[in-house]
Amino acid sequence: MTQFLFNFLALLHITGIIADVIVILCYFVFILLFIIINVMFIVWLERRMSAFFQERLGPNRVGPFGLLQSVVDAVKLLGKEVIRPTATDKWVFLLAPAICFVPALLLYPILPFGKGLVLVNLNIGLLYFVAISSTTTISIIMAGWGSNNKYSLLGGMRTVAQMISYEIPLIFSMIGIIMLVGSLNLVDIVNAQARLWFIHVQPLAFMIFLIASIAELNRAPFDLPEAEQELVAGYHTEYSGMQFAFFYLAEYANLFSLSILGVTLFLGGYQGPFFPSWIWFIGKVYAMIMVYMWIRWTLPRIRMDKMMKLNWKFLIPLSLFNILATGFMIKAWPTIQQWMR
Amino acid sequence: MTTDRLITQEFSLNLGPQHPSTHGVYRVILTLDGEKIVHAENVIGYLHRGIEKLAETLTYPQFAPYTDRLDYLAGVLNNIAYTQTIEKHMQIVVPERAQYLRVLFGELSRIASHLVCVSSMALDLNSFTGWMYAFADREKILDLFEMTFGGRLTTNYARIGGVSKDIPDTFMSAIRSFLDSFYGRLKDFNDLVSFNQIFIDRTKGVGIISADQAIDYGLTGANLRASGVHFDLRKKSPYGLYDRFDFDIPVLQTGDCYDRYYIRILEIIQSLRIIEQVLQSIPEGTLMGDVPRVIKPLAGETFHQIEGAKGLLGFHLVSDGSKSPYRLHIHAPSFVNIGIIPEIAKGMLIQDFIALLASLDFVLGEVDR
Repeated sequence: MTQFLFNFLALLHITGIIADVIVILCYFVFILLFIIINVMFIVWLERRMSAFFQERLGPNRVGPFGLLQSVVDAVKLLGKEVIRPTATDKWVFLLAPAICFVPALLLYPILPFGKGLVLVNLNIGLLYFVAISSTTTISIIMAGWGSNNKYSLLGGMRTVAQMISYEIPLIFSMIGIIMLVGSLNLVDIVNAQARLWFIHVQPLAFMIFLIASIAELNRAPFDLPEAEQELVAGYHTEYSGMQFAFFYLAEYANLFSLSILGVTLFLGGYQGPFFPSWIWFIGKVYAMIMVYMWIRWTLPRIRMDKMMKLNWKFLIPLSLFNILATGFMIKAWPTIQQWMR
Repeated sequence: MTTDRLITQEFSLNLGPQHPSTHGVYRVILTLDGEKIVHAENVIGYLHRGIEKLAETLTYPQFAPYTDRLDYLAGVLNNIAYTQTIEKHMQIVVPERAQYLRVLFGELSRIASHLVCVSSMALDLNSFTGWMYAFADREKILDLFEMTFGGRLTTNYARIGGVSKDIPDTFMSAIRSFLDSFYGRLKDFNDLVSFNQIFIDRTKGVGIISADQAIDYGLTGANLRASGVHFDLRKKSPYGLYDRFDFDIPVLQTGDCYDRYYIRILEIIQSLRIIEQVLQSIPEGTLMGDVPRVIKPLAGETFHQIEGAKGLLGFHLVSDGSKSPYRLHIHAPSFVNIGIIPEIAKGMLIQDFIALLASLDFVLGEVDR
């Protein structure tokens, strides 16, 4: 795809650094449009799904099936006044939404959307993903602290405890796959699943990944940082208008990217028979998103200390065991195969 | 490692009066150590409308609609408590059919109120779907109300000496279809919320009120029975027709949030039993007893209590023989029930505190009056 763009620009006699800049700008616009369209669709889907779960209709007025509802909502948020309470820490408060949104965008270039459909084929893709996604925590504690609001502060503190803790099993659950493939490149990982999806080899890791990713995404039953019934809106209590929309968009952009990662690691990425690879990919990603929604609209919220207990006393030992078992099997598998013969 | 401890500071948090889960304009000042509550202080009065004082300026029938605004989730029960107080004072005999209708709609509104309690508890623990399930059923009960006497929340159903409207022809089939679907839906709700492991984890062993504490603080209703005290006015001193029906008083032992939640589900089932019996045995007859045109009770005092949806709902009437009460005191169960919050809240986490508030099931309309 990059080559196609460069060739196209070369036809117009644009080469060198200007061509690079134009290509990067194209990437940026492409990613932004892709994310925003998908996020709006996911927001609509979530509202329709929750309505379906709760015997309601959900948004169904604007556009066909209410599809344009999220667009209208976003326009409304754009037109709203951005209010900054006087007692806030100005720069921390203003920067937090941007710092939350930017990592969500940065994740997309490395994700393989289909056969050959990857913007930057990074050889340490998985490490990059983990590193960038963990910076979201900073923005949330910034929002919580900068708002100078007690609910926000409590929400921010909960976030730090939760997201840092749950990153450990999230990353540990990926290690088994890294060991199997021997590469951090996401395209290699997808290609390694041509015959067998890793969910069959690493079912335990998939369960850990699912639970830990829900906690990373701050979704129910782990939505403690923004627990409405306790902390009003948690860290984004004081945000309004587009600043709030940034948090909201980032949340769903992260949901989308983590679902993509889950599909890439465990469900064979874009692999699949008959249909083009990108159809398989989108289908799997939305199936995964629907699982997240299903969980969210079914379960109540877990308590803070129980959640930490679940992480440190259950998920982390289990994920360590998974790594051990994977390592053992990698070493022992050739021997077992010999015995079988 | 140094032996110095990190210096921490307690801070106070105003929970309410505008907060998603204080169930109205209830405010509590929490002193927090991290997320642990060190001290809690109730602040009420944001919904004070002076209903008791208003009663002194209105005639007896005029005041009846104001009782809807006490515990607005169970309006019929308030109407019944008020009218029965005056009937007791004036010794008015209420016709049989009207009595049956009062039991029928009283129990329906008890179910509606308990459904709000259990569902908003589910909502406070973020089981949004459970909330929607129970509220859909409550809507059907309110539809039955609307079908009969027009009002949904502010019912104004019971009149001094009887009830205002008879049930319409379509009512029997409507309530039948509601009851038939309700058993299944209650099971769904239980599967979704009551027996959910996360829900049980959040509420079991949280906010335990012992039987002694409950009696000391004067808790009544389901909150008292969840602490292991067998006390229900419908059995202890039956008013109306409650001695004719066959039903049990569920009592649970622990007194934690889960028991206070679950006992309401059990009470819903018992109320359904009463409703079934009413539907089988409701007689024909008039709706209004022999009531004087102008209600002027003799000078004197009467205190009457019924088992309301939230606890013992009492009206203390002091009459000076004129058209309006000299003094009408309302003994509101919610007001008494929230008195125990500061005692129980000590040492709780904020998350548990939310569960405690939801499980006590108070209505601010009744607290502030």
